[in-house]
Amino acid sequence: MSKPILTIDNLTKRFGGVTAVNGINLEVMPKETIAIIGPNGAGKTTFYNMVSGRMLPTEGKITLDGQDITGLPPHKISRLGVSRSFQINNIFPEMTVQENVEVVLSAYHGHSRKLFNIASRNTGIQQEAVEYLKRLGIDGLRDQRAEVISYGDKRLLEIAMVLATQPKLVLLDEPTAGMTPDETRRTTKLVKSLADSGDYTFLITEHDMDVVFNLADRILVMHRGEKLFAGTPEEVKNHPEVRVAYLGEEEEDAVEEANP
Amino acid sequence: MKTKILMGLLAVAIAGLIAVPWIASYFYIFILTEILILGLFAASFNLIFGYTGMLSFGHAAFFGIGSYATALVLIHLEWPFLACLLVSMGASALLALVIGFLSVRLNEVYFAMLTLAFGMMVFAIAYQWRSVTNGSDGLAGFTLGSFGLGVDLILGNPAVYYHVVLVIVAIAAVVLYLICRSSFGMILKAIRQNPERVSFAGLNVRTYRLVAFVIAGSFAGLAGGLMAPFLRVASPELLHWSMSAEPVLMAILGGTGYFLGPFVGSAVFVLLETWITSFTESWMLVLGIILAMMVIFFRKGLLGTALDWWLEVKK
Repeated sequence: MSKPILTIDNLTKRFGGVTAVNGINLEVMPKETIAIIGPNGAGKTTFYNMVSGRMLPTEGKITLDGQDITGLPPHKISRLGVSRSFQINNIFPEMTVQENVEVVLSAYHGHSRKLFNIASRNTGIQQEAVEYLKRLGIDGLRDQRAEVISYGDKRLLEIAMVLATQPKLVLLDEPTAGMTPDETRRTTKLVKSLADSGDYTFLITEHDMDVVFNLADRILVMHRGEKLFAGTPEEVKNHPEVRVAYLGEEEEDAVEEANP
Repeated sequence: MKTKILMGLLAVAIAGLIAVPWIASYFYIFILTEILILGLFAASFNLIFGYTGMLSFGHAAFFGIGSYATALVLIHLEWPFLACLLVSMGASALLALVIGFLSVRLNEVYFAMLTLAFGMMVFAIAYQWRSVTNGSDGLAGFTLGSFGLGVDLILGNPAVYYHVVLVIVAIAAVVLYLICRSSFGMILKAIRQNPERVSFAGLNVRTYRLVAFVIAGSFAGLAGGLMAPFLRVASPELLHWSMSAEPVLMAILGGTGYFLGPFVGSAVFVLLETWITSFTESWMLVLGIILAMMVIFFRKGLLGTALDWWLEVKK
């Protein structure tokens, strides 16, 4: 049995009197895809912010591949192999799509310390960048300025940038948020094929239950900062408490009936 | 095709600059010397402003230190000019390392205020440390000796000094340009657009900002080292916070998005200042109006607006 790639131990974050994340424990095995679900304000993004180094945990410990990374700054955690996307697009708007990936690649390969090379003639990096764009199916946009491509394509570009650091662990924060149904299908399929390729370990937060049940090996259900339940998609679907607290099918139906 | 035309125009401009002493009067030689020096000052500033997105209001500290360093070395050690310039670059790089270390951790307005505060402190020291800096009068009475490297030049001759400035500024500009085009330069641009994304790509943004700040400071120091012998004095005005505003204005005037923008800005600034002050005292009013127009209507600056129009509209 292999060892977990990420171990979360009693992770807690308090903002003043508010406890955003409360005593979360989680083990992520290599090549696994885990989805974290929960209503808005359940603490998913705060959880991500702590794992990726954007926020300091109040309590608890985060271990990556046997190494304690609790409280390290983002660039160190990224160097150690955790790469994340954001809920809002987080790209370099004035650069071309390809340059966006090149920035990440030069950072990853240490070219960013070179003062006197010519970035636009760095063919190794350029080919590699195109490879990542192809993997996400957006290589046709490579020469477009990143700010002008569609919202869904920007999100795919961000995933390309996340993968370009060859991370041990990929954190995707609502990868399909704000996408059209068509883009959502395309993105789900892509992430699914990346997960199935066995090259990546994914942690995904998501609102869209179809996406979650499609992608996840295991699901962590959060509610008000706490773990409500963890299990396989089947178990989550059939768990009565989860159905009421989060999936809320009955409530949703009621709302739909009230507003036909 | 268009790139070739631009390269051709640049070659003509450089040839014109080389030929100036044979075709223009001393008056214009002086003006062009000043344009080149201030252009380098502004270009060094633009590495941190236009490329990295850090608005420093204390860049004159490095320019001024460079002037004082060259003046002091000429007075006390009488070293060759090239050695003086290296001392200027070293001194300003060191100062930039200290100020930058304390400032780059802050963002935007706090960074601007902190650099302004450090700039004022450096000015106060130069103003009050009379035994070394000669206070408000500044350091004067130094003479340029040899150039260095066994090159025999009469640096006291304004035409010769102009050519020396032209060559040194050109070399410095090429070095700065190469840095902007490098992978490091690409990271600086990325930092301006989205520093958080850069740190999540595994880079310590502070370190990159600090390195850019030190490079910019040392080139400002080089410009300062060229300025002292030109003015024949290194005075506290060169360190004053109003002097820190000049590269900001020049960069915006010429355009921060193109490498040569600050040089164009310097040319327009100095020429306008010369012409307008010859018939009215309200140079600042005119400058203010021009700047307001630039920021409201031509945010890309003169060079930026012109080039973008030519490259994109006239396809």
